[in-house]
Amino acid sequence: MAVGLTLIFGVMRVVNFAHGDMMVWGMYLAFVLATRAGLDPYLAFPVCAVALFALGVVVQRGLVDPIIEAPHEMQILLMLGVALVLENTALLIFGPEPARVRSPLARLAWEVGPLYVDVARLVTFAVAVVLTLALSLFLHRTDLGRLIRASADNHYGALVIGADVRRIYATAFGIGAACVGAAGALVSPILPFQPPTGLSLSVTSFNIVIIGGMGSLVGAFIGGLLVSVAESLGAVFLRPSLKELFSFSLLIVILLFRPAGLFGKRTP
Amino acid sequence: MRRGRGEPSEGSPTQKMWAAALAVAVLLALPAVLSGYAVTIFILIFFYAFLAQAWNVVGGYAGQLSAGHAAFVGIGGYTAALLFERGVTPWIGMFAGGALAAVLGAIIGYLGFRFGLRGFYFVLLTVAFAEICRILASNVEAVGGAVGLYITFTGNPRQFQFQDQRAYYYIALALMLLATGVTALIERRRFGIYLTAIREDETACEALGVDVLKYKLLAMIVSSFLAGLGGTFYAFQNFSLQPGAVFGIPLSVEIVIRPIIGGAGTLLGPILGSFILTPLGEVSRSYFGQSGLHGAHLIVYGVLLVAVVLFLPQGAYPYLRKLLSRRNIA
Repeated sequence: MAVGLTLIFGVMRVVNFAHGDMMVWGMYLAFVLATRAGLDPYLAFPVCAVALFALGVVVQRGLVDPIIEAPHEMQILLMLGVALVLENTALLIFGPEPARVRSPLARLAWEVGPLYVDVARLVTFAVAVVLTLALSLFLHRTDLGRLIRASADNHYGALVIGADVRRIYATAFGIGAACVGAAGALVSPILPFQPPTGLSLSVTSFNIVIIGGMGSLVGAFIGGLLVSVAESLGAVFLRPSLKELFSFSLLIVILLFRPAGLFGKRTP
Repeated sequence: MRRGRGEPSEGSPTQKMWAAALAVAVLLALPAVLSGYAVTIFILIFFYAFLAQAWNVVGGYAGQLSAGHAAFVGIGGYTAALLFERGVTPWIGMFAGGALAAVLGAIIGYLGFRFGLRGFYFVLLTVAFAEICRILASNVEAVGGAVGLYITFTGNPRQFQFQDQRAYYYIALALMLLATGVTALIERRRFGIYLTAIREDETACEALGVDVLKYKLLAMIVSSFLAGLGGTFYAFQNFSLQPGAVFGIPLSVEIVIRPIIGGAGTLLGPILGSFILTPLGEVSRSYFGQSGLHGAHLIVYGVLLVAVVLFLPQGAYPYLRKLLSRRNIA
C-alpha cells in the first residue's frame, strides 16, 4: 500500500491524503464482489486494482492536474477534500458497521514446527513482494517507467525531451491508486474495516513512507515491515491500544533527524 | 503561501469601525429574538470561528499549515476539567489550560521550525503530536481513559456553568471577538508583517536578518494559547471530554477547513468561513442524520474544500471583497 503512495509522492510531489480512503474503497469493492458475485478476494484483487486505477486517473486529470504548479499546501488541502468525500460516500453507501470479507483461505493455517503460519497473511505478503518487484522492474526497465522517473526528477527536463508529462502523471497516479486497490482487496479478509478506517490507514501509510524514505520503493517496503514490527512489539509489551504510540514516536524522531527517511536521497 | 496580500481595503478607518460596531451590536442583540436551536447554532459558529481565528495566526498569516490544532483544544479542556475536579474554578483553569497548550505549541513549533520542517513534513509532525496526545489520553486512567471526563453539572456561573444557553452565546461571542482583536493587533504591528513576509518567502526574510524562528514560534504560541482557552469552553459547554472528540483528526480538520474556505491570512476570513460552514454542517448533519445517513455534512465539506482550492484559492472573503469593490467602481 505504501508502495503506491510513494510512487504518487515520489513522482509528482503530490501528497495523497485520500490514500487510505482509496484503500477502503478497494476493500469495499472486494466485499461487494465477494458477496454479490461470490468472487474470492484473492482472485478479485486485479479487478479492484483496475477500478482504482481508473479512479486515480480521474482524480489526477480532473482535480490535481489544474493545480499541479500550485504550492504544496494547496494540493494537501485538495486531497483532504477528496478524502472527506470518499470516506463519507462509503459511509453513506455501506453504513458504519465493520465489514469483513470471508474467504476459505483465511481459515487455513499451516503448522511449521512450533509456529502457526496463517496462509492468508502469507499469500498477502507474497503478492505484496511480487507487486513491489514488478513495479520496481517496470520503473527501471521499461520506457514508460523511465519516463515516470525522469518526470519526477525534472519536470521541465522531461517536457523538453518531448515527454507527455500530463499523461505520465496520470499514469503514475493511476498505478499508485491501483496498488492501494490491490492492497485493499488483499487485506480485506484479514482486517475488518469500516469507512473511518481510511483515515488511520492514510496516517499509517504516511508513517511508513516517511520512515522508509519518500520516493523509494525499497524504503516503502522496509518501512512497512519496520512499522508493523514496532507496533506488534508495542502490543506485546504494553497494552495493544498503545501500539500506535510507537509508530508515531518513531515518525517524529525520523522527521526530525532523518527527514528524507532511511532510504531516501532527497532532502525536503 | 499565496493568499491575502494585505491590499489596502476599501472604506476609511472610521467607516470600518462603525461597520464593526454595528455588527457587534446586532450580534449582542440577537439572542433576544432567536429560538433555542438558533442560539445553539450561533454558539457553534462563534466557537469554531474562534478556533479558526486561532489557527489563522500560525496557519494563515505565517503560512505554517498545522493539522494538529485539536491537540491544543484537548490539552486546554483536560487541564481545566482536571483542575475543576480538584476545586479550581474553570475561570482560572481556562488560563492554565491555555498556558499548557502554549507550552505544547512551543515544543511542536520549536522542533518543527528548528529542524526546518516545511509544508507536508510540518503537517505530519503536528498530526503525529496530536495523535500521541489522543492515544495517551485514552490510555491513562488518571485522566479518564477511553471513556473521557464527565463534569458534574452545578449550574454555578462561578464554575463556568450556566443554566441559560445565552450565557454560552455571549462567552463564545467574546472569545471570537478576543481572537479577532488579537489577530487585528498582530496584523497591524511589525510582527504581523514579518509573519506574512515569512509565508511569502522565508529564505528572503532570513537573508534580510529577520529572526524567522522567533516569529514563527511566537505565532505558534499565540495560536495554541488561544486554542487552549477554547478547550475549556468546549469542556464546560458539553460537560464531557472524550479523547477521540477533542484530540482527534476530525476536530483538527474542522479547525483548518473554516479559514481555508473563508480566506486564510485575512482578518475576517475565518469568521466568514465559520458562518458558511457551521450552519451548513449542522443543518445537513441533523437533516441527513435523521434518515440515518451519517457523514453527509462531511461530503459537503469535502466538495466545498475541493471547489475552493480549484476555483478560489484565496478563499471566499478576498473574493467577496473584490466583487464589492468592483461594484463600487462601476
